[in-house]
Amino acid sequence: MTPSVRLQEMIRIIRSARTQGEERGVIQRECAAIRAQFRQADNGGRSHNLAKLLYVHMLGYPAHFGQMECVRLIASPRYSDKRVGYLGAMMLLDEKQDASLLITNSIKNDLSHSSQYVQSLALCTLACMGSSEMCRDLAPEIERLLKSSNSYIKKKAALCAVHIVRKVPELGEMFTPSVRALLSEKNHGVLHGAVVLITELCERNPETLDAFRKAVPELVQIMKGLVTSGYSPEHNVAGISDPFLQVRILRLLRILGRNSDTASDAMNDLLAQVATNTDSSKTAGSAVLYETVLTIMDIKSESGLRVLAVNILGRFLLNNDRNIRYISMTSLQKIVQTDHNAVQRHRGTIVDCLKDPDASVKRRALELSLALVSAANIRSMMKELLTFLSSCPPELRAHAASGIFNAAERYAPSQRWHIDTILHVLTTAGGDVRDETVPNLIQLITTASDLHSYTVHKLYRALVTDISQQSLVQVACWCIGEYGDLLLKGDCEETEPAEVTEDDVLDALETVLQSHMSSPSTRAFALTATMKLSTRIRDNIDRIRSIVSIYGSCIDLELQQRAVEYNALFKKYDHMRAAVLERMPVIDKSSPGHTNGEIPGGTVKEPEQLKPKPPVTGLTQQPASQVCDLLDLLGGTDKPSEPSLAPPTTAATSTNSTVGGDLLDLLGGLEPTPVPTVTVYEKNGVMVKLQCDKHTDTAVTITLIASNSTENDVTNFTLQAAVPKSIQLQMKAPSGDVIPAQGMGHVTQTVLLHNPSKATLKMRVRVCYSSQGTMCQDTVQVDSFPSPVEN
Amino acid sequence: MIRFLLLFSRQAKLRLQKWYTPLSDREKKKIIRDMTLTILARPPRSCNFLQWRDLKIVYKRYASLYFCCGLEEQDNELVALEFIHRYVELLDQYFGNVCELDIIFNFEKAYFILDEFVIGGEIQETSKLCVARSMEESDSLQETMEEYVNKPTY
Repeated sequence: MTPSVRLQEMIRIIRSARTQGEERGVIQRECAAIRAQFRQADNGGRSHNLAKLLYVHMLGYPAHFGQMECVRLIASPRYSDKRVGYLGAMMLLDEKQDASLLITNSIKNDLSHSSQYVQSLALCTLACMGSSEMCRDLAPEIERLLKSSNSYIKKKAALCAVHIVRKVPELGEMFTPSVRALLSEKNHGVLHGAVVLITELCERNPETLDAFRKAVPELVQIMKGLVTSGYSPEHNVAGISDPFLQVRILRLLRILGRNSDTASDAMNDLLAQVATNTDSSKTAGSAVLYETVLTIMDIKSESGLRVLAVNILGRFLLNNDRNIRYISMTSLQKIVQTDHNAVQRHRGTIVDCLKDPDASVKRRALELSLALVSAANIRSMMKELLTFLSSCPPELRAHAASGIFNAAERYAPSQRWHIDTILHVLTTAGGDVRDETVPNLIQLITTASDLHSYTVHKLYRALVTDISQQSLVQVACWCIGEYGDLLLKGDCEETEPAEVTEDDVLDALETVLQSHMSSPSTRAFALTATMKLSTRIRDNIDRIRSIVSIYGSCIDLELQQRAVEYNALFKKYDHMRAAVLERMPVIDKSSPGHTNGEIPGGTVKEPEQLKPKPPVTGLTQQPASQVCDLLDLLGGTDKPSEPSLAPPTTAATSTNSTVGGDLLDLLGGLEPTPVPTVTVYEKNGVMVKLQCDKHTDTAVTITLIASNSTENDVTNFTLQAAVPKSIQLQMKAPSGDVIPAQGMGHVTQTVLLHNPSKATLKMRVRVCYSSQGTMCQDTVQVDSFPSPVEN
Repeated sequence: MIRFLLLFSRQAKLRLQKWYTPLSDREKKKIIRDMTLTILARPPRSCNFLQWRDLKIVYKRYASLYFCCGLEEQDNELVALEFIHRYVELLDQYFGNVCELDIIFNFEKAYFILDEFVIGGEIQETSKLCVARSMEESDSLQETMEEYVNKPTY
């Protein structure tokens, strides 16, 4: 075993190790030696060994085996042992370690030691790592030491008491009586400790706070003494006498003056004096001024003083020192809510700080600028903020973008400006915006109906330039899909007209679809937009069909589903395509994109809305029915060849025709009993009757029965219904879509109406069918429902 | 109150660590790593303050050493700068033109000086002379008891 080396030697050896492995080897050897030494009896070098261990610990290596050695050294009578032992205790033991309790007794003994330096070691260690139990045990000792005549001990005891109060707030009462007397001390160290202790006590206990308000005049005196005193070499820092103590006193005054007029009055003069007389050319003076400003703003000061404080902050803003600028912006941030106008005066300087190369200053300036945005300055502020956004560091981008959105939403002077701003943000920082930006922006665009043409032109141009920003691309695709016809028309007053052909638009959308930069949701947007364009353009419908059918075999499930459904729209349900893909209504801000059953009054149900599934489930494996399964999006079907009637569902369920028929037979079974019927539609030989099956106060079940008295079958018969907002509508699957001729059969469909608010029942029904080769479509309003069945 | 004080070199080697709140070893290592990475990455003439989690961090570079302390929300950052400066002055006075090597080889002295200046995260003595005198007297206590090789220079 190598003999243990001295501390310095060991450090030298470790430092000269050339590789990490070598260092580890040396340290392992040393630790082994130290461990062996610990096990031996007391020799002169115990403190050295522990010191070595502490060095190794600081390098990051485990040193827990030294904990017991710390305990032993603390108990040793030698001062050097104690010193290193206590140091080890502070470094290796914390309250989570069990060994820490073992030193409580040693500390207790050392607190009464004859040498003040031993006492100070104990006090320091207790204040650094004392647990709640230790604090409780030793609090009476500390309280005794607070009254000692030795100022060296008193100051340490005061701060130890601070630690105790932090750990065990109830013990604060023990120290309150003795601490007041400490304020009359001359020793700055004791004064400082006393002020810190009083601050801690007042923060935790409102009664103590009230009691110490009487001490305000005394504190003011002390402060005045510091401020007006001559040069004192011991405490002077750059011309300020003891800035540490001044700052602590100011902080205590702040706590005492808060919410108290009398206390605030007492300190007004002093604060004015400090604010005007302190030399702020060096950091020490600025520190005192800063604390003064914070105090003035927090207590009930008179308005003249507040103006003085804000002016000081304004002066700080113009300071060359970055730290001072940072500090002033932090303070201005705290007062911007209460003294908004005063801070507004410095808006120019704050906005300039946005361009400061320092990251901390930029961050403060951004937060403050966002807080200063108001209706009056929105345009100029937004210009600055947008410039900032294009050059800001990445970690601030998301914050800046969301701040800009909030500001734009609150103070937008016009809708066009709002849309422009959002577009600008999306082009510059589209990757950092939040997800709900896209639906919010879409909602905004739909409300600005006169700007549709302008918006779609701008978005198209943005899309053609750059397709990497997902949010922007999503919004652009949506707009092009919705307002593609306006884009192709070309004329728009607000932007320069552009010659956009159908091919160009489809090229753009196809680029988005195929690009590797597009996320799956973006591609879904693009596909839907392409589909929507099929009703808005004339010449290139075949191209759209081919795009859509290609994606029918796409790996992405969402895209594949959409493509297959759109394909079906082309093939089997071409007659419905126009209705399904027409312009969306203005989206209500409060409702999310999908509503379940709720319909805006008067409009026909939109394809995007969900509807509860038809009651039967059961998947069949045939490919044909699979297509129709997906077509349940457009309505419940019970036979593969049957078209849909009710609005789309997302369920891929197919109904078994017989089961469906059974259900309807159930409903059909009600027919023979005399139930009230009302004819709602009669034209071209087609008649639709409304039969009320069940009528309670809040729910109505009706059946619509369609019959045909012409010579030929009526085909592609569909019914759509709409009710007022307060009523919920649920349409069951129809029995079929072909009404046999000559009244040989009926098509029935059940409708459930849920009316929780007991509003008057009104319904609008749209009837579509093909009769003798012509398509017919009619809308009728049903205002009166037949009276309920008497049971 | 001061939550922690760290000294580290430009190569991110830790020279002193003082913690005034109980933290697990993992948390301590994480804080050290975060501090060294963030502060060493900052350009030379930048602001000395930054926000980290809920703490204010004040750091200052003296020759090859970075002094970094973590403060609570209501603490005064400018005073913290003065505090760091005062500590450097104390070290300088004790070691006589202190340099990083002094702190490496006499780390326990650096801790003792810090413990005379700060207790429980709060400054205990605002007078330079008092701190220097206390250190002198404690050291003399030590020397009368046994040899301590490394005499501080005056």
